[in-house]
Amino acid sequence: MTERRKEALEPWRDPNAPSYVAIENVSKRFGDFIAVNNVSLKIYQGEIFCLLGGSGCGKTTLLRMLAGFESPTYGRILIDGQDMTDIPPYERPVNMMFQSYALFPHMSVEGNVAFGLEQEKVSKSQIKERVGQILDIVKMSTFAKRKPHQLSGGQRQRVALARSLVKRPKLLLLDEPLGALDRKLREHTQFELINIQEQLGVTFVVVTHDQEEAMTLASRIGVMNRGEIVQIGTPHQIYEFPSSRFVADFVGSVNLFDGRLIEDEPDHVRIKCEDFDAPVYVDHGLSAPPNSLLWVAVRPEKIALQREKPESSDNVARGVIKEIAYMGDLSIYVVKLPSGREVRVTQANSARKSEERFTWDDEVWLHWDGSSPVVGTG
Amino acid sequence: MSKPGQLGVSERIGDRWDPFWTFMYRFGPLRWSSYVREYWGGRRLVIAVPFVWLTLFFLIPFVIVLKISFSEVQLAIPPYAPLYEWVSAQVVAIKLNMANFHFLFTDDLYISSYLYSVKVAAISTFLCLLLGYPMAYAIARAPRNLRNVYLMLIILPFWTSFLLRVYAWIGLLKNNGVINNVLMALGIIDEPITMMQTDFAVYIGIVYSYLPFMILPLYTNLEKHDLTLLEAAQDLGSRPWKAFLRITLPLSVPGIVAGSLLVFIPAVGEYVIPSLLGRTDQLMIGRVLSDEFFSNRDWPVASAVAILMLILLIVPITIFQHFQNRELRAAK
Amino acid sequence: MSARRSFLLPTLLAFGFAFLYVPILSMIVFSFNNSRLVTVWDSANSPTVKWYVLLFENRQILDAAWLSIKIACVNATGAAILGTLAGLVLSRFGRFRGRTLLAALTTAPLVMPEVIIGLSLLLLFVALEQAVGWPAGRGVTTITIAHITFSMSYVAVIVQSRLSSFDDSLEEAAMDLGARPAKVFGRITLPLVFPAIMSGWLLAFTLSWDDLVISQFVAGPGSTTLPMVIFSKVRLGVSPDVNALATIMVLVVAIGVVLSALIMQRQERRRQREVQMAAAGD
Repeated sequence: MTERRKEALEPWRDPNAPSYVAIENVSKRFGDFIAVNNVSLKIYQGEIFCLLGGSGCGKTTLLRMLAGFESPTYGRILIDGQDMTDIPPYERPVNMMFQSYALFPHMSVEGNVAFGLEQEKVSKSQIKERVGQILDIVKMSTFAKRKPHQLSGGQRQRVALARSLVKRPKLLLLDEPLGALDRKLREHTQFELINIQEQLGVTFVVVTHDQEEAMTLASRIGVMNRGEIVQIGTPHQIYEFPSSRFVADFVGSVNLFDGRLIEDEPDHVRIKCEDFDAPVYVDHGLSAPPNSLLWVAVRPEKIALQREKPESSDNVARGVIKEIAYMGDLSIYVVKLPSGREVRVTQANSARKSEERFTWDDEVWLHWDGSSPVVGTG
Repeated sequence: MSKPGQLGVSERIGDRWDPFWTFMYRFGPLRWSSYVREYWGGRRLVIAVPFVWLTLFFLIPFVIVLKISFSEVQLAIPPYAPLYEWVSAQVVAIKLNMANFHFLFTDDLYISSYLYSVKVAAISTFLCLLLGYPMAYAIARAPRNLRNVYLMLIILPFWTSFLLRVYAWIGLLKNNGVINNVLMALGIIDEPITMMQTDFAVYIGIVYSYLPFMILPLYTNLEKHDLTLLEAAQDLGSRPWKAFLRITLPLSVPGIVAGSLLVFIPAVGEYVIPSLLGRTDQLMIGRVLSDEFFSNRDWPVASAVAILMLILLIVPITIFQHFQNRELRAAK
Repeated sequence: MSARRSFLLPTLLAFGFAFLYVPILSMIVFSFNNSRLVTVWDSANSPTVKWYVLLFENRQILDAAWLSIKIACVNATGAAILGTLAGLVLSRFGRFRGRTLLAALTTAPLVMPEVIIGLSLLLLFVALEQAVGWPAGRGVTTITIAHITFSMSYVAVIVQSRLSSFDDSLEEAAMDLGARPAKVFGRITLPLVFPAIMSGWLLAFTLSWDDLVISQFVAGPGSTTLPMVIFSKVRLGVSPDVNALATIMVLVVAIGVVLSALIMQRQERRRQREVQMAAAGD
């Protein structure tokens, strides 16, 4: 996860900050099927905003409405203060990078990139200059005369990016930009995308189902499920403070437990979960009715494994290691509790020597501290 | 552009086209939906051009055929009586002469011609399938670089004249034609076998002329088969023949249907092949129609023949179009 | 696969090709036969090219051939335009009022028996002449109109299937970059669909050039096409100058088909090579 370099750039914190893109109560129906249900969203200039969700959650439909390929059944879309709801895609200051790249196969790289400028009646010399500039930025200048079928996947992606940026759009939409790339290329491209965005200052809206992609790229993420936005926040917020069970489960791996509130104080609570003998201690207060049913989420990396019984009487559990996955930089342990429930724990492999590592059927103690659990009622 | 608080385009009521747009929005993702409004002018024109042409030169003629099938023949130009006449200043009498249809149903010639045509077309289609399926299969399983050569060889005769290819068979099938000459020279027969003006000649003619129409849809289908399915079947213990019957054959049914319909439907109404190669005592319906029209100058009866032929073929034609649309949609 | 299997299919294929080509080859061979009986080889005086010479002196055939070529060219162009429009509308315009009807009207001529098409068109022309005075008598115009009507279906099907296999995100991308729908069609769709339109043109040309039944119905005095001339000759039996004509046509077609296949193969191979080189370079 990268932090934004300009930390002051958090305009969403100021309720009076003008939004760059405003999606107001937008819904989209296809016959009986509601693809997007009353979504309202504000996106600020210079952001990389990610719409994250599984397939069928409506994120692509929302993106297409921003581009102009679909028209909202209800609601409005404003871009830089102007109502764009009825404006066709070829009149919007918005450009899109397609998942399949959609490069024109009968034109060269230059031709592809110049196409958008030709529609704007820019002079020939200007076109040449700007095309040259953008190709330099994406490092495709030497391939200018080639045709798309003569390029590899990564090269095509860069051309697609260049083509969508050359018109200096107010908003750039990216549909699963890293999906077609292999792992190494993906990491490399992620950082390149961020650099280019900072260099040019364009506002990005990215649609993806890959939470790693979202976490790396985004300044803010909007998690979508079944046509609705379930949470908006920075990657840190989404990961550490999920507002619902769905988000907790969707982003990263998590251990989810059901529990009942047994002790409710302004500065801490205790929760009784079926799977643990000891109660779960959370170091902040909750606003929930007494005896409510809650969910408790603890991330695998927040749980510590040790052979000796910890001193604390809260936030501990005993179990047996059932599975180990050695990933090189870390290990994933699946620990089976007496109740039958399995808990996922990850630990960095800071020790090279094997004697200190755990192995199958080891009896271990799990513990975590009071700030780690996230609790919710939704 | 709407101001905040105003309804968007999709909600503006009192619009003349509103029911139409509601229809559009409700029944499916209309491509280019929001801006089709502005360019409806240009778009409508594009739709209209082929539409008008086809309506005028394909649909309306059928209506005329229908109309004339109900009229009486008369010695005039054109040789049919008008359907309606002004009995008085305000009354129009429409005369629907059912005699033509009655004639067709009662006269043996027509019934037997229809039945004969269907029979010949069906047998020819079947024979075409028997020859075409293995050929299509062989081409689909051939090494990639050879496939295009084979396809080219199949298509080549198709680009030469249909008429001339049928003509070629006259030279082969006649009593002093090539086949008879060769067989007699080899001593296999003493007397020439009569092959011209027989059912056999028509079967050969149809199979020969329509073979590419059978092979191509079959090939297109077979070529798409996933061969690993067959490998899996054999891996599970099935013999090659069985694997073919239980996997390949069922999967190739759309190809079989498409190819068969492409052969059967036009074959029913064939004119050239039965004229050159076919029997003189039993006519196919295409010839009957033509004779009725040109020789007897009985346009109404000819029209009635055409209408009945159409009714006969409506079911296969609809099946064909249904398959055609399905294939096109699946290709997306 | 058992050895028996790999023996059966190639044999069948060979038989099939023999079935397809023996009649054509026999026609060609006998065009060089001196005998008027065509199939009885006159070894004393054959092979000869006298039928070819006679062919080129036969005014009737030459005039008919010329007329057929003219009609076929006009028809192919008209069918290409109309068929492309129909194919475009059916595959890209989504749903509109009357779409089902248009789809039916476009694909019906593909399977409709020619006698029905011919009859119906003739009746239309007669009725039109009665009502508005046009077309004045049947002739080249009526033949051309008739041919365009049924050959546009073939073009439409070819174009439609080509467009369906096409990623239409290309057209969306063009619109996203600022091109209006007409521009998108002209600069993106049309160039990519062009090969399909070309093969449609060729197909329409062949269909018109070769058509007999429909022409018979809608032709008039003075507008005799080549197939009509050939048909009237061969109804009476075999005729050696027809063999000569057939040989010429087969040769022209064969050269055309083989050449275009070779060119396409070369292009395809070059393209494959380029794709492979590109994938290696990432």
